[in-house]
Amino acid sequence: MTHNEPYLAEPGTGVLFTNTSMIDDAINLARKNSIHYLLFGLACCGIELMQTGGPRADLDRFAAIFRASPRQADLMIVAGTLTYKMAVRTKLLYDQMAEPKYVLSMGSCANCGGLFQASYSVCKGVDKIIPVDVYVPGCPPRPEALTEGLLRIQDIMMCERWKTKMRPGRVDPNAPMMIPAPGAK
Amino acid sequence: MLHEEICTQLQAQFGEAVGALSETKGDRFIVVKGQRIVDVCRFLKTTTGLEFDYCQDITAVDWPTRKIIEVVYHLYSLVHRHGLVLKAETDREKPTIATVEGVWKAATWLEREIYDLFGVNFEGHSDLRRILMPDDWVGFPLRKDYQEAGGYHGIGNARPDPLVQLAKLTDGKRKAVAAAAAFAAAAPPAPAPEAPQEKKE
Amino acid sequence: MAIDMQLDRHILRRTDSSDEEIVVNFGPQHPSTHGVINFVTQTNGEVIRRSVPDVGYLHRGLEKIGEMVPYPGYMPFTDRIDYLAAMFANEGYALAIERLLGVEAPPRAKYIRAIAGELCRISNHFISVGTMAQDIGAATPLTHALRERESVNDLLEELCGARLTFNFHRIGGVAFDLPTGWGDKVLRFLDHLDSYIQEWDRLITFNEIFVKRLANVGIITREKAIDYGLAGPNLRGSGVNWDIRRDMPYGAYPDLDFNIPVGAGRFGTLGDCWDRYFVRVQEIVESSKIVRQALAKLPEGDIQAKVARKLKPEAGEAVGRVESARGEMLYYVVSDGSEKAYRLRVRTGSFMAMAIIEELSHGIMVADLIAIIASLDVVAPEVDR
Repeated sequence: MTHNEPYLAEPGTGVLFTNTSMIDDAINLARKNSIHYLLFGLACCGIELMQTGGPRADLDRFAAIFRASPRQADLMIVAGTLTYKMAVRTKLLYDQMAEPKYVLSMGSCANCGGLFQASYSVCKGVDKIIPVDVYVPGCPPRPEALTEGLLRIQDIMMCERWKTKMRPGRVDPNAPMMIPAPGAK
Repeated sequence: MLHEEICTQLQAQFGEAVGALSETKGDRFIVVKGQRIVDVCRFLKTTTGLEFDYCQDITAVDWPTRKIIEVVYHLYSLVHRHGLVLKAETDREKPTIATVEGVWKAATWLEREIYDLFGVNFEGHSDLRRILMPDDWVGFPLRKDYQEAGGYHGIGNARPDPLVQLAKLTDGKRKAVAAAAAFAAAAPPAPAPEAPQEKKE
Repeated sequence: MAIDMQLDRHILRRTDSSDEEIVVNFGPQHPSTHGVINFVTQTNGEVIRRSVPDVGYLHRGLEKIGEMVPYPGYMPFTDRIDYLAAMFANEGYALAIERLLGVEAPPRAKYIRAIAGELCRISNHFISVGTMAQDIGAATPLTHALRERESVNDLLEELCGARLTFNFHRIGGVAFDLPTGWGDKVLRFLDHLDSYIQEWDRLITFNEIFVKRLANVGIITREKAIDYGLAGPNLRGSGVNWDIRRDMPYGAYPDLDFNIPVGAGRFGTLGDCWDRYFVRVQEIVESSKIVRQALAKLPEGDIQAKVARKLKPEAGEAVGRVESARGEMLYYVVSDGSEKAYRLRVRTGSFMAMAIIEELSHGIMVADLIAIIASLDVVAPEVDR
């Protein structure tokens, strides 16, 4: 399997030895093929999340199974509208997850407040409280769209570097960064 | 039983406290004085022939121009298959009315919701506290003059302009593309193509 | 970013000094609470002393948004009030505004509304019984139910373009006519469904373990059900023969022939969890009958009455009622003559069902509490709006 692009543009950083990067790839391969996602269905997108985990658009074929407890999960799919009352608890749940953890914001409400922008009690996007790796638009997103979002999370997982423990998406969006195009190995 | 008959029966029992049947467009309602609401409701529930055993809904409407908050009761009788809408007016400055929790248990949560969203105080309620908003929320959201506080516990309630965000991202992307080009230029040049061999064949 | 974390205070206090009593937060993130609902539970080991529902985690201010958005533009928001049975939420709002305007949907639209609504009821009840089986402990029935629901999603997607939040009804009728060949697809699905329900009954409904888990649990007597304002299958499971479709008829239902399943206390006491569950299973069968009849009797004609683009009803108020999958949904609209509602109130069946849980929770086991919540078929957006 080929390497990913180095994390920073300067050559030589991020990957020290060839055998370390093969270890990185092995670890990341194991990680991306055993995603445990936290069942965090808040609203309508939660039902589409259930359907995506259901028989037809099966998330289990990516070996992604749902866990109810944040201690056992490494991906948090925020599916649905986040209210202020719930936002406090969402932060708590996010803090309870162990590193490395990823967040997928599913649906318009989790991305930016959705069609409830005018509401007094809706948090305008889950990225106001927790850092988000992948945004999946839709209201609700089709199962195919959510599956694509999961594949993008897998691509991000393959960028992890054990030595530096840095990965795209956790850094200031104004800094130059290189995320592999979808489908790149 | 028709609305008119129920209205006449109520007026016979309570006199002045019960108003006349409304004539406005849409569903008809009866305005009842707030002080007698519990007696009226109990009468409606217990009298044979009326027996309004099902409290469908209790809600409120805020009328700042009329300086009242109206509490609306949608009642129904499953026994006799007739329905009724009662309205009680409360003063907007200090809205208070007695609870009908003792008549229908359904009123417990419905009145809690009105307290939470309108600020109407229900005297005698067993558990009057906020139900939908967080416990430390300030203000009564469904009132017409409600102003949002601008966030909650440090979470802001505005999103940055998406076009500004897009410009920042494309800026970042432009820098990344330039950095990748610089990286490719610094690498050793690709080997020369094998032109003489092709000419031989 | 600094967030001042301050979780809500405990609502319950210890009443004795026993070390074994603990206060547990059942939710809001929990696989079995049917949405983001919190049950603050005071338990002594496995036995619950008291469980108080704490709602509002999905309160999105839909009633206030109703005052900000013009009448026709509010239709997508009604989908989100009850996303599992969105057709009914749409229909109730449309009925309320039509009553305010004094228009009536044309006959073809009424039949299409009935067809779409009953398909949505089938879809909702599948989720309800599937998640109920999962909450009891069986993991597979949920995948069965989701598979059947995918077929309904496909049919409704062909009808109106969306799988979950349909936005199909309009004030005065429906948005789209039935596609060609759709009726045959629906009939094929219903043939499969009628035989599949028998398989479901054999597998789950009359399963001895299932019956033992649900019979005599969460008994709601007839008087209590009426007093607490329950609606829909919850009310009918307690023996009250009340259904808006038959008793306050609207739409095409007066022309259609169907039974209303009512709980009978077959295993255990009348009004227990199994009765409410069985009412839902029987309603799937009845809905299938209704859809067949409606497809056979479908009249020709318009699908939408003539309604102005900018709706400005006269000042007044109106009530629209539908028998939603979760009970009676009541839309109370107050208009002041402008193009936005002055007050929009939605009263849903799930809100009333939450209130009764505290009363049922004294002295039961934790697993029974989950069974009760599942049998009442509450969904968070209906409770919180």
